[in-house]
Amino acid sequence: MLDFSILTNNMDSYIEGFKITIYASLIALLCSFLLGTLIAVMRIAPFKPLNWLGTAYVEFIRNIPVLVIVFFTYLAGNFGGMTAGTIGLTVYTAAFIAEAIRAGIMSVPKGQMEAARSSGLSYGQAMRLIILPQAIKIVIPPLGNQFINLVKNSSLLAVVAGGDLMYQGDLINAKTFSPFDTYIIVGLFYLILTIPLSFGVGFLEKRLARSN
Amino acid sequence: MFKNKKTFKMAIVSSMAALMLAACGGGDSKESSKDVLAQIKDEKKIVFGVKHDTRLFGLKNPSTGEVEGFDIDLSKALAEEMFGSDVKPEYKEVTSKTRVGLLNNGKIDAVVATMTINEERKKEVDFTDVYFDAGQSLLVKKGSKIKGLEDLKKGTKVLAVKGSTSAVNIREKAPETQVLEYENYAEAFTALKSNKGDALTTDDAILYGMAEEDPSYELVGGTFTEEPYGIAVKKGNKELVDELNKALKSLKDSGKYDEIKSKWIKE
Repeated sequence: MLDFSILTNNMDSYIEGFKITIYASLIALLCSFLLGTLIAVMRIAPFKPLNWLGTAYVEFIRNIPVLVIVFFTYLAGNFGGMTAGTIGLTVYTAAFIAEAIRAGIMSVPKGQMEAARSSGLSYGQAMRLIILPQAIKIVIPPLGNQFINLVKNSSLLAVVAGGDLMYQGDLINAKTFSPFDTYIIVGLFYLILTIPLSFGVGFLEKRLARSN
Repeated sequence: MFKNKKTFKMAIVSSMAALMLAACGGGDSKESSKDVLAQIKDEKKIVFGVKHDTRLFGLKNPSTGEVEGFDIDLSKALAEEMFGSDVKPEYKEVTSKTRVGLLNNGKIDAVVATMTINEERKKEVDFTDVYFDAGQSLLVKKGSKIKGLEDLKKGTKVLAVKGSTSAVNIREKAPETQVLEYENYAEAFTALKSNKGDALTTDDAILYGMAEEDPSYELVGGTFTEEPYGIAVKKGNKELVDELNKALKSLKDSGKYDEIKSKWIKE
């Protein structure tokens, strides 16, 4: 059975790592959502060079392992481990969020845009007031997946000495020589974050479906 | 009612997930405590855990794909000394983080991977006699302000490797400095080169290898600990330890040990 003395003896380390994981995930979540939305809008904008730029970003970033991106940000930039890790995560996740949002926007019937434009709204207004609010509902489930992945991917901070939960786990393991117990507790901490996130997404999905 | 049911469902799902995780903990494979020496003779192979990222001791040569170094040559000679040509030596990569785990679950028979003998580790594994005497030191860029331990004040950063004794030691010897720990020596050295810290600390033997690779780095401050390297085997395998000690001694007596050592370590 699980040896909880590892948890109680190393509570401070676990909590410190947990805090950094939450902090890095929250910032990366917010920033990647904004960046991802921007790129999605670029990809469908009625201006070709913007399309190309958006497509290039998505295809380039999502086809590289996130570990490589994190390493690159860390070694090339003048950042500490946590900052570099968070930037790397943001850049990576934004590509996937952009794809999810683009798919959502594309699934709103074309007639909606045409109707909005012919009733006098500008492209930007139509996008903001008519298309995006509808697209968001469709996008919630895939977006939720991306956010859960983001929290789990934040464990990559460990390889650039980011001080997160996984990093603390590595150090505790080195001290206690019990990888099983150490990492199971790490896993439980991640569950504390990801399970509510899962249910939150499910709840939001139902709420928005009802308002339709 | 609906709301209650939902909370209930949520509780069930989360506790199931937690249980699943906890159940994995049962997989601690301590039951396979068959005698390692007998198994080596049975299977006609001995698996050594060696480093793949440590210059001079165990480094994978990218052009040949072979792992080369003092640890490899020594373990090869030990295997030959103990079993003649009956038993084939094999090598598996370990890191400071993985070596004890791999030893305990039987994936490797012996660790020859710059592993320092200390009291804490003696509780987890059995060690042979010392096969190499190293000491912890500091590696800095030439011309650095850091000249030794006493310069590691508040605001300085020291890079180390996860799971190594040097990370623990440096926290004791220079409590004001911030310690950043990486997966392996290659990553720690890369981090030093891209200015993520002021000094890198580990055993001098390993640092010599790094300084040899990039001569713009140098060792400073001498050694401030004693790091006797030993070969580790799974706890409770006294016979294997005795065999290894005997072989080690005869290699030292015959001069073969010095031959291997001088091939790699030039102080």
